[in-house]
Amino acid sequence: MAEILVLVDHADGAVRKPALELLTLARRLGEPSAVVLGAGEATDAVAATAAEYGAGTVYVADGAEFADLLVVPKVDALTQIAKEKGVAAVLVTSSGEGKEIAARVALRLGSGLITDAVELEAGAEGPVATQSVFAASYQVKSRVSHGVPVITVKPNSAAPEAAPAAGTVETVTVAFTGNAAKVVSRTARVSTGRPELTESAIVVSGGRGVGAAEGFEVVEKLADSLGAAVGASRAAVDAGWYPHSNQVGQTGKQVSPQLYVAAGISGAIQHRAGMQTSKTIVAVNKDPEAPIFDLVDYGVVGDLFEVLPQLTEEIGAR
Amino acid sequence: MTLRIAVCVKYVPDATGDRGFADDLTVDRDEVDGLLSELDEYAVEQALRISEEADDAEVTVLTVGPDDAKDALRKALSMGADKAVHVNDEAIHGSDVIGTSAVLAKALEKTGFDLVVCGMASTDGTMGVLPALLAERLDLPQATLLSEVSVEGGLVKGRRDGDAATEYLEAPLPAVVSVTDQSGEARYPSFKGIMAAKKKPVEELELDDLEIDEDEVGLAGSWTLVESADARPARTQGTIVTNEDGDGGKQLAAFLAAQKFI
Repeated sequence: MAEILVLVDHADGAVRKPALELLTLARRLGEPSAVVLGAGEATDAVAATAAEYGAGTVYVADGAEFADLLVVPKVDALTQIAKEKGVAAVLVTSSGEGKEIAARVALRLGSGLITDAVELEAGAEGPVATQSVFAASYQVKSRVSHGVPVITVKPNSAAPEAAPAAGTVETVTVAFTGNAAKVVSRTARVSTGRPELTESAIVVSGGRGVGAAEGFEVVEKLADSLGAAVGASRAAVDAGWYPHSNQVGQTGKQVSPQLYVAAGISGAIQHRAGMQTSKTIVAVNKDPEAPIFDLVDYGVVGDLFEVLPQLTEEIGAR
Repeated sequence: MTLRIAVCVKYVPDATGDRGFADDLTVDRDEVDGLLSELDEYAVEQALRISEEADDAEVTVLTVGPDDAKDALRKALSMGADKAVHVNDEAIHGSDVIGTSAVLAKALEKTGFDLVVCGMASTDGTMGVLPALLAERLDLPQATLLSEVSVEGGLVKGRRDGDAATEYLEAPLPAVVSVTDQSGEARYPSFKGIMAAKKKPVEELELDDLEIDEDEVGLAGSWTLVESADARPARTQGTIVTNEDGDGGKQLAAFLAAQKFI
């Protein structure tokens, strides 16, 4: 059966959720193999999880290079394994780094590249990827027509499903090629305890209408009552009210949750590009003419500082 | 020694327009006005700031695109870039990012550079992989997705804010960098800048000048194939209520409960 290579992102000894989604999607195309790259940390649990989600083989490579140098060592590893094993496709999570890795792997393999797939299906001539483009106003279906398809897939594109497989661990010694930027220091992002923005089933976002950094308290309280991630529009981020890592929009994160709550967000194209594919959208905005209301399943015209706390209270009472 | 900075920019359909696809499933560049990709303005800005910090520097802005792409170059020149290179060849139409990176890499080699600066992604394709592909093709270090960048003593340094961590990067020149929209507000062209831009040199190049075969680029040379592009049905407006009676939160809660979210 065709071998589908999946780069498995992991942190603190655990597989990140988008990688489980990749393994799940890979099973539609063939038999998944996982690639687990580490710089000294224990990866046994990561390999075991990959096996639980369908990896027949887990290729494990270890080297300080993976932490000390940007992107290139991971490209070296993935390219080497893809060539040696003659895989049928390579799947990587769509993150800033994931896309850069995939692009360079594609070039080295002489392969076409598709990024930001939101759906992946087996086709007669190879995997067919669906992408959501032009601020999610178009759906494009495309495939790689040259070489081994290299495809990056956005988080939340599939529900992870366990399907235990052998997960035979194969240790790989990677020949590094060098000429990479040095990572001089790395500071892990401090966890807020809230779900990851791109992975969360519910997202509550605040915009210009929140008015100040302190105003985000009502947004956060609602988010916590729903077990949701917190997002912010570019206007709120540019004003310094909320961190850029939480920005939803074209130049921030693109989210596609089950429920998106937009509070005090007008709904400019820049923002819509990041949330338009959400399943259910609700909005609270003072301005009845705000374009966000064109998209919503339910909208409340009113002051978010009245509506959000009341909603939070109602949720708490249930 | 002059620090030679090359900025790669893209001419894109205005994101606020009604963007769509042409019959050959390439991006329709006729129906919607084009402009310098907003995210590339940050690249031009950082290149100008680096050049202002250097003793002696020259900023060249490059693009691959049709005739109208000249507008994007003019904008960058009016912001303060010194000269421009326009690769314009009918055969390039329909190239995917792999093909475009081949053309840009050759144009960069021909132009000469110590530092390549790119934006984080284009506002039309939004892939964000061109800088990495240029680094691969030119066999140079990539220091990409930087929210801060500087050049000191033959090194480019910067801060990369990733999903999981913030990293400080360092690479010797020559190198390829890309900068995010957090790197610093781009300047507006001054009247003087706009007037001066009209006299700045724009070099025109075709594929022959870069010794690239026509079949390496364009739709035929593309390694990806678009099978269909369909407009997504517009979302239809649902229920809109007002908070006039002070019960907006309760009404919203009832909706969310009916949808089984709470």
